Amino acid sequence: MIEGILIGLETALSLKNLLMVVMGCFFGTIIGMLPGLGPMTAIALMIPITYGFEPSTGLILMAGVYYGAIFGGSTSSILINAPGVPGTVATAFDGYPMAQQGKAGKALAIAAYSSFAGGTIAAIFLLFAAPSLSKVSLSFRSPDYFALMVLGLTAVSAFSSKGQFLKAMMMVILGLMLASVGQDSLSDITRFTFGNINLLDGISFVLVVMATFAMSEALTIILKGKDPSRATQQISFSKLGSIRLDKEERNKMLKTIPRASVIGFLVGVLPGAGATIASFLAYGMERNFVNEEEKQKFGKGSVHGLAAPETANNAACSGAFVPLLTLGIPGSGTTAVMLGALLGFGIQPGPRLYITHPEVFWSVIMSMYIGMVILLILNLPLIPYIARILAVPKNFLIPLILFFSVTGIYLMSFNNFDIFLMIGIAVFATFLRLYDFPMPPLILAFVLGGLMEENLRRSLLISNGSFNFLWDRPLTTAILGFTIAIVSWQIYKSFKKN
Amino acid sequence: MRISTVKIISLLFFILSAFYLYSAHQIRVFSFDENAPFNAKTFPIYLGYLGMFLSVLYIILPERTQLEVNHKVLDYKSSLFLVLITIIYGFVILKAGFFLSTSLFLFLSYYFLGERRWIWMFILSFPFVALFMFLLHGVLDIYLRDPLLKMLGIIG
Repeated sequence: MIEGILIGLETALSLKNLLMVVMGCFFGTIIGMLPGLGPMTAIALMIPITYGFEPSTGLILMAGVYYGAIFGGSTSSILINAPGVPGTVATAFDGYPMAQQGKAGKALAIAAYSSFAGGTIAAIFLLFAAPSLSKVSLSFRSPDYFALMVLGLTAVSAFSSKGQFLKAMMMVILGLMLASVGQDSLSDITRFTFGNINLLDGISFVLVVMATFAMSEALTIILKGKDPSRATQQISFSKLGSIRLDKEERNKMLKTIPRASVIGFLVGVLPGAGATIASFLAYGMERNFVNEEEKQKFGKGSVHGLAAPETANNAACSGAFVPLLTLGIPGSGTTAVMLGALLGFGIQPGPRLYITHPEVFWSVIMSMYIGMVILLILNLPLIPYIARILAVPKNFLIPLILFFSVTGIYLMSFNNFDIFLMIGIAVFATFLRLYDFPMPPLILAFVLGGLMEENLRRSLLISNGSFNFLWDRPLTTAILGFTIAIVSWQIYKSFKKN
Repeated sequence: MRISTVKIISLLFFILSAFYLYSAHQIRVFSFDENAPFNAKTFPIYLGYLGMFLSVLYIILPERTQLEVNHKVLDYKSSLFLVLITIIYGFVILKAGFFLSTSLFLFLSYYFLGERRWIWMFILSFPFVALFMFLLHGVLDIYLRDPLLKMLGIIG
């Protein structure tokens, strides 16, 4: 492991990669700050830039964007009560009241320190958890992988759909259908191309991500007439107040950060959970941990109430890398985008990643520490200036998002068909979003589609066409048991509410 | 009885799944693969059935809350315009080249979205695209196809 850490440090500390971490954190913070544009959009917009990079550099950039976006989201939550990403909704509960009390600087500082601490502690957990889990996952076989992917898709659908499990599952099927377009990986037989040669290689992952997130996000903002910059008119960026914390506030944070980090990391590791659930869970649990007097302050500008979700959401971001790096199975939409990008680089994450590509595996982990430090350095003194980004009018913002989306596809294929296909999917996705059909399950399914079919193929061939493979191995059965539990829980919840 | 839009979408999804299933059955596999436990059409067939099953389930189960979108407040005009201008952009980008088509696309989009700060509109279109091209082409060495600039001898 020491050797791996050194390889990782050497790669992460190269000038180019350091620059990528800074760039990633900076752009992630800016994009994450803009209400409506989350880490998935931020990462999707970065993909074209990573084309010319080595895999480790590309992944370092995307990881920087990821935690930068989560941090950026908290800035808009605190300043204008408009969370940039769902993972920072809980931040607004106490961050915004603090800002209204003239303590916006303090709130931002608490958010910055908590994010730093949460991210760093979770990166230490990741350092130990990832190699151990990689060793365990070497014993995984095709049926286990297939079951794990079914679990991941079910969990993402259950957690990302605000009680609309069936809608999310339909999106999963749609994602798998889109993934099946093109040549079959084993037999090279063309499927669902309808004679169009542009579809022979299948639909590009970047195209689907750009269409369902970046472009559809831009169209939704225009359609709903939302203007993220409007809310900024009510605040003065020059009067954020002091960012210094007193001893009492520091002590409160010191109590909250360790427990919120553990919760955040563990939730992040679970497939489908991620930063949003982690932050809400940490907020709720923190309320139970504190004394009665502190409990009364929750929702009115509590330091505990702000530090807990901020720590947890960043810790969850690091935790989400565990299934991605060790099993090759993303646990969330954002890590699914990263998996797609990695596959584009020709790298298959999984238990052997740290043996076959140690520089990728370790440099990502090492860059997380560096990223956290950079986020802190970048965000504390620059907050008043970075926050001005919130004032960018949508008249400029939307065309720029469309420009990045189209450019991403143009750079990839220099083909009109892909641009039109992206526009078509984006319009379709915008319409579905209006009716609360979630997009993360679709992306996850699209990325996992090929792998899932491959593992099902192997499992069925081994068991001679019988579905006995689902209960032949205790591990497969246990994973499927979890899946059944999630589905049953959704059915129970649905009946209870009806 | 009023049918909600989401149920209509589910019905459309049912039709899509049925069509997908039909197309899956039409996939021509190798003769030696026809009776194999798994061939190129096995997974799509499962997906087709699953899609139909889920959409039927949504259609027949009662909805907890009927989600209705107020179409009157939605700005379809601007959205449609943006989609159209992006389609046109997609058409001309290969012919007119990246620089000119992108700069014009950005400038016109700002204008039609109601922006009238000409200096900013200009800065965030022509010079911005030039800088972007320089970063991609010049610094990151990512190939950018631009027949117009190539003809003018600006890029190689």
